[in-house]
Amino acid sequence: MNQIVFIELISPFKDKVFRLAKRLLTSTEEAEDATQEVMVKLWSKKENLETYNNIEAVAMTMTKNYCFDQLKSKRADNLKIVHNNFTDREPQLDKKLEDSDSLEWVEKIINQLPEQLQILIQLRDVEQYEFEEIAKIVNMNETAIRVALSRARKKIRESMVNTHSYGIK
Amino acid sequence: MELNKIKNILEKYFQGETTIAEENELKEYFSSPNVAQHLKQYQPIFSYFSQVKEQKMMQEIPLKTKKRNVAWLSIAASIVILLGIGTFYYVSDNSTNNVVAKSELGTYDDPEEALKATQKALSLLSNNVNVGIESVHYIKEYEQSKNKIFKQ
Repeated sequence: MNQIVFIELISPFKDKVFRLAKRLLTSTEEAEDATQEVMVKLWSKKENLETYNNIEAVAMTMTKNYCFDQLKSKRADNLKIVHNNFTDREPQLDKKLEDSDSLEWVEKIINQLPEQLQILIQLRDVEQYEFEEIAKIVNMNETAIRVALSRARKKIRESMVNTHSYGIK
Repeated sequence: MELNKIKNILEKYFQGETTIAEENELKEYFSSPNVAQHLKQYQPIFSYFSQVKEQKMMQEIPLKTKKRNVAWLSIAASIVILLGIGTFYYVSDNSTNNVVAKSELGTYDDPEEALKATQKALSLLSNNVNVGIESVHYIKEYEQSKNKIFKQ
């Protein structure tokens, strides 16, 4: 497998890997590092890449594990990930929207969820994976995923309603 | 009618029972300008999901650099080693030639000349040995004085 074939192979899910990493690691730079790391790992396995029947799921699982490792080592070092680069280098879509404020709220609320729920929200509500695929990535059964996802969505709703009616009631 | 349907889907959504198609319907509904007032609070959630999905990885992925670098490094290293070995042998070959050349300078073809040179060299040696011995002579003084004191 040469480089061009490999790039074509990864391009459909490269951004998904990046967004999942960004969801977990928060910072754009770290997410980029994570994406590179995962892709280089895949590239180093290129000989038997064709034997995997779902490379995308493998890549997403690798990303998840890599991010967890990163978070673990961060916590071991007693370092908090600094939330100073919420704003992307690219012009954000929410700039065009009136309610950019409430979108940032959603981001903050999701970031406060446990990591496992963040992953599920990311995979389902953002990337729109089928439950079957999510099950492969996170190694859970579909029912457990549905239950957890419902919990996560309700938590988001709860926090949203609280902030929405803040100062009114 | 439309509103009721959305409400139903929304209910299912929070139970984690919607399909991708239904979730897309929700996203579509909440991105439209005419969202019912009492559902407005959910709008940011769905627009956030659509917004996040627009994020792209901006950096290039460096694929070959790591491996290629190792290859080039090993090639460069082996060239350096070969050059090193080559120059070592080249230089040491030259120096052994020099030793031979120098030793040739010390030989004589004429036997008389050779005898003279040998005698000169030997006398130089013996002179130096005598100087050494002279400096040892006074040790005998110690021996004598010792014999005077400790008479046996």
